[in-house]
This record gives sequence, structure tokens and C-alpha cells, in this order.
Amino acid sequence: MRHMHLYTSCRCKFLLPVMVLLACGTAMAQTPTYKVGRPPTAEELRTWDNLVGPDGKELPVGKGTAQEGAVIFAARCAVCHGKDGVGQWPFARLTGGVGTLNTANPIKTAASNMPYATTLFDFIHRAMPAWPFPRDLTANDSYALTAFILAKSGIIKDTDVMDKNSLVEVQMPNRHGFYPDPPQDKPDDKDGTWLPLWEHAPGAKPAAK
Amino acid sequence: MNSKMSDRRGFLKRSAALAGLAAFANGKALASVTPGLVTGVADTKLGVTPDEPTIQDLLYGGRSSYEKTIAIPSIGTLGATGLRTLTPLQDTIGVITPAPYHYLVQGDTHIPNIDPSKHTLIIHGMVDRPTVFTMEELKRLPSVSRVHFLECTGNSGLAHYKTLLQDLKKGRKDVSVIQGVHGRTSTSEWTGVLLSVLLKEVGVQKGATWFVAEGGDIQAELHAKSIPLAKGMDDVMIAYGQNGEAIRREQGYPIRLFCPGFQGVCSVKHVSSIKLVDKAYMMQREITAYTNLKPNGMASRYESQVGPKSLITFPSDAHKLPGTGFYELSGIAWCGRGKIARVEVTVDGGRTWKDANLQQPIFSKAWTRFRLPWTWNGAETVIASRCTNEFGELQSTMEGLAKLWGDDVTPHIPAAEIERWWANTNIAEFLNNPIQFWTVKTDGSVADATYAPLYKLPV
Repeated sequence: MRHMHLYTSCRCKFLLPVMVLLACGTAMAQTPTYKVGRPPTAEELRTWDNLVGPDGKELPVGKGTAQEGAVIFAARCAVCHGKDGVGQWPFARLTGGVGTLNTANPIKTAASNMPYATTLFDFIHRAMPAWPFPRDLTANDSYALTAFILAKSGIIKDTDVMDKNSLVEVQMPNRHGFYPDPPQDKPDDKDGTWLPLWEHAPGAKPAAK
Repeated sequence: MNSKMSDRRGFLKRSAALAGLAAFANGKALASVTPGLVTGVADTKLGVTPDEPTIQDLLYGGRSSYEKTIAIPSIGTLGATGLRTLTPLQDTIGVITPAPYHYLVQGDTHIPNIDPSKHTLIIHGMVDRPTVFTMEELKRLPSVSRVHFLECTGNSGLAHYKTLLQDLKKGRKDVSVIQGVHGRTSTSEWTGVLLSVLLKEVGVQKGATWFVAEGGDIQAELHAKSIPLAKGMDDVMIAYGQNGEAIRREQGYPIRLFCPGFQGVCSVKHVSSIKLVDKAYMMQREITAYTNLKPNGMASRYESQVGPKSLITFPSDAHKLPGTGFYELSGIAWCGRGKIARVEVTVDGGRTWKDANLQQPIFSKAWTRFRLPWTWNGAETVIASRCTNEFGELQSTMEGLAKLWGDDVTPHIPAAEIERWWANTNIAEFLNNPIQFWTVKTDGSVADATYAPLYKLPV
């Protein structure tokens, strides 16, 4: 992924004049008005272009298993999240809870709630461990830790290898546990303002006390 | 006569002090005129009372020593251990929240202190020209100042009421329903660059529909949030100003994303990166804590807009009326969509509603102050406000909210059932805008009458 971004930024330099010409011909609105700012360095792209979305296209090269993850988890994660990832509030509970969301005692964990395993990998790799400081895990570490949490929750096997291909294939138990997202991409027809969630709110009839 | 004498003595004392100061300046500091003079002034009390401020005190002044209003630590575990504070709504005046009163919901216990000369904002992903902006460059661009509220999405939730009860049981004295349950909202004048200006600079590519904002420093948790691009093109700003000064450190210094009308988690603090993408990115927080789970196990997500909402801030359960007679009822109303068009107030438990006066100008997606004259005859009564926005949308009741969210948490369900639902989970209900009823009792004390009945407590 890192190489690809470097390539993209290099290519842009050569193509820029062409793009500008094309832009002049087609979409004037896309021409910068104020011309402030500068292109990012390769280092800046490495630092910031690492969010992993649900299709996993940003996943880095690397791999890991739950067995490898168990060792890292004990050393780096258990202090907050508990030995088996069942840490107590305010630390997130990571494992278990699968099948409880529609019960009287729903247990929201990374395993029971996240619709995509990429979310788990992304947060571990980008923002964990919170103490002493994040972004301290290699891609292999993060794949292994993701595998550990998934295996602990019965979603994959202990020996399953997680990598950029297998991770996106993981069927999370709560993949279909969400209502369709409310419309996000079109403004309200009538007045051009944001389409409100509250259009389908009940007309609140003030209670006669 | 006496007061004139006293004024005269004060004048004489001040004159003497000034004369001394002049001598000091002349004798000691002429070699470097300005710095010496400033030092001299700073060391000298010019006034007549012992607690007189020095000029140094006035350079970033404080308030009268008689004023004691503070934001308070939040309730529950997070109040005790985390960096979370609640706005003192019961003491709010007008519509602007002074920065020290602004509520704070911090994800962890570290608040970055970022050197603005080293801070940059990168916009990348599905754009024609990935670009890095320095703070200096952002401030060169056309800016806007807008008055908007910010509100935590769990504000006014039953979960907070439950936590408040636990705190009260443990003997906590400084917290009330108005501040403890409702205090996660504030209104400020925010100044910055519209994100749409920056997006035009970088050239958004066809197919981009969302952006992910990421913020913090390496020791913070690097919160990331997906926001619809249409919202970004509408009124999202990169804010660097809050109420006429730089954004406070705890509010995201030197820049934060600000998404007017949307739940607070969208307004990413210390924003460093904006990546244009083609779908919601299912980031950790937005897909776990900030989804709205129903009893059937299904959850809704990416519902962000705060509904029409109001409450009476005076009198509230933080106050006690000293006696019968005239009082001005006052409160705030706000909405994540458009302006507040109407606020009605009842002083007879909902039998009749009167239009309150709205403070002008009314800002979109901002607190609107309402006021209504009232004479209390000493009898027990229930007061409340309800608001309507410019699109005719009316504030909900608790019962209406329960239906909206598909929860079986309704006023008819016993407290034990609600406890069962909330117990030992970190699940909270979101975007709560119930009408807040207050019972004014015969002794002038005021009690919550919206949440307490759910727990079968005396109102």
C-alpha cells in the first residue's frame, strides 16, 4: 500500500499539466482558486493514509494467527482489556457476546457488534495500544491480534491465517445487524437543507400531565 | 457624604500610587522604556481594596470573586476518572457558552497540546490534488464565524439519569438533573474555513461520497469519523476560533472539524487528516459505541442530526424559589436542522401552552434563548417547554422517543425492566429530545418530572 501511494504521488506530478488542461476544458469548478497548500510528502502520506475501510483495499502486507496473537495480547493488551479480552468498562470488551444483541442482556463487543473485521484491524493497527502510545504494532502484530480476538469469540479457528485477503472474507456475526443507513447523500428536495432524521420522528403530542 | 469622603480618599491613594509609579519608571526603567514601564505597572496595585487586581491580572482577566458557577465533572465512572465535564445550564445567560463552561467528552485521559506551527491538515484520498495546509495557510483563506451548538449524542439519555441516581445514592451533592442529564450541550461562536472551500481547492473526484476525519496526536486515540460528503459540502468547517479567541486545548486546539447540528462525535478535535472515500468507513467508534441498538438486536447507525429540543433552565431542579410572586421563566431551544421557530411553555402541567418570547437574532443550529413572564401563586404545578423548528418539526416526548427508537423503554414499563436493559452494558440511547417537565413544589423547590416517573420515584 505504501508503495502504491508513493507511485500515485509521483505520477500526479507528471500528469498534473495534463489534468489541468483537461480540467480547463471540462470542469472549471475543479481548478483551485486560492492556490495555497502543497502536495504531501511520502512521509505524510504514510502517516495519514492508513485508514482501513470495509473493503480492505488499504490493508497492509503481513499475516498472523490467533496463536501468535495470544502472546502479543498477553504482553500488550491484557493490562486493560483483561486476559481474554473481557475487560471492564471503561475499557472496551473485545471478545464474546456473540448472539446476545437481541437478548435482555446485550453484550456489545468488538466481536459481537462490528459488521466488518476490517474495523477491528484498523483500530488495533492505527490507534492501539492506547498506553503508552499507539501505532507501535507491526502489520503482523495487528493481524495476529485481530485473529486472536476473532478466534476467542468463535468466529475463526485458532490456526486461521489473517492477511489482507482472508481478513475481508471473515463473516462477522453482526454483518446484517444494522438497519439501512439513513439517506446521507442528497439534500432535502424542498429547501436544499440536510435531509433530517426527524422527518420520520413521531409528531410528538405533548402529554397532558 | 461618607461615600464621597471615601471616594476622595481613594482618589488620593491612587494619585500617590501613580506618583510612586512615575518615580519608579523615571528612576529605574528609562534605559529600556517600554519593558521597564510594563514591569513597574505590573508590580503595583493601583486600587484601594486588598483584592484589587493588578494590571497583569487584567491582561487575561477573571470574573468577580462573587461568581462561583463552574462546569462540574461528569457523572459516574467517567466523571470520576475521565476528563469529562458538564455545562452549568441552570446558570446560563443568553446563548453563548463561555469556553470554561463548555462541556467536554474526552475519549481518553490525554488531551494533546499541539504546537500550531507544527500542525497541518492533509486532505487526500479521492481528490485530484492531495494537499497539506499549514495553520498559517488555513487562516489566510476566506473565513466564516457562526453561532452553533455542540451536543453529545447521548445527552439527556435515560442512561445518564440512571448514572445520576447512582451518584446521588453515593452522596454526591453538586449535581442536578439539568446539569447531570442535560449538561452535554453548549453553544459558541465558531470561526474557521468552510470545508467546501478546501474541497474545491483539492478537487473532489467523481464517486467520492463520504470523508473520514481523523484527529489527535500520537498519544491520543486517533479518533476517526465518517461524515457524508454532502454534509461536508454544506456547512462543515475547519474551526480555529471559539468565542473570539483560539479554540481551547480541550476543544481541539489548534483546529477541529465542526459539523453543525450533528452529534458531537462528528466534530473531530485536533483534526489532522481528511480522506475522501466512496463509502462509510465503519470506524471503531461510529460502529460500536455510537450505534443505536434496539431490543430486537438490530441497530441503526450514521444517524447524526439532533432533533428539535428545549428545556426550561430557570427554574430547574438546581434552583429553589424563595417565595411567591413574579419570575421570568427562561430556557434554551435548539435543533440540528434550521432555526427554532416557536417555543411554547406550560405552567399548568400541559393543559395550556403559551408562546414564549424568542431572543433575536435566531441562529440556525444554535441555542435560542426563550423567556416568559410568570407569577407563581405558591401552588404545586408542573412547568415545561416544547419547541418547533422552521420546518414545523416538534420536540418529542419520552414516549415518542421510545417509539421512534423502537425501544420498549416506555413510561409504562417498570423501572426494573429499564434497569435490565441498561444494566452492565455500555449501551446508550441517542439523540434524545424529550420534553423536560419540572414540578414546582409548594416550598419552592423544583424536581424533575420526566425521568423520575420512569423509575417510580416520587416526583
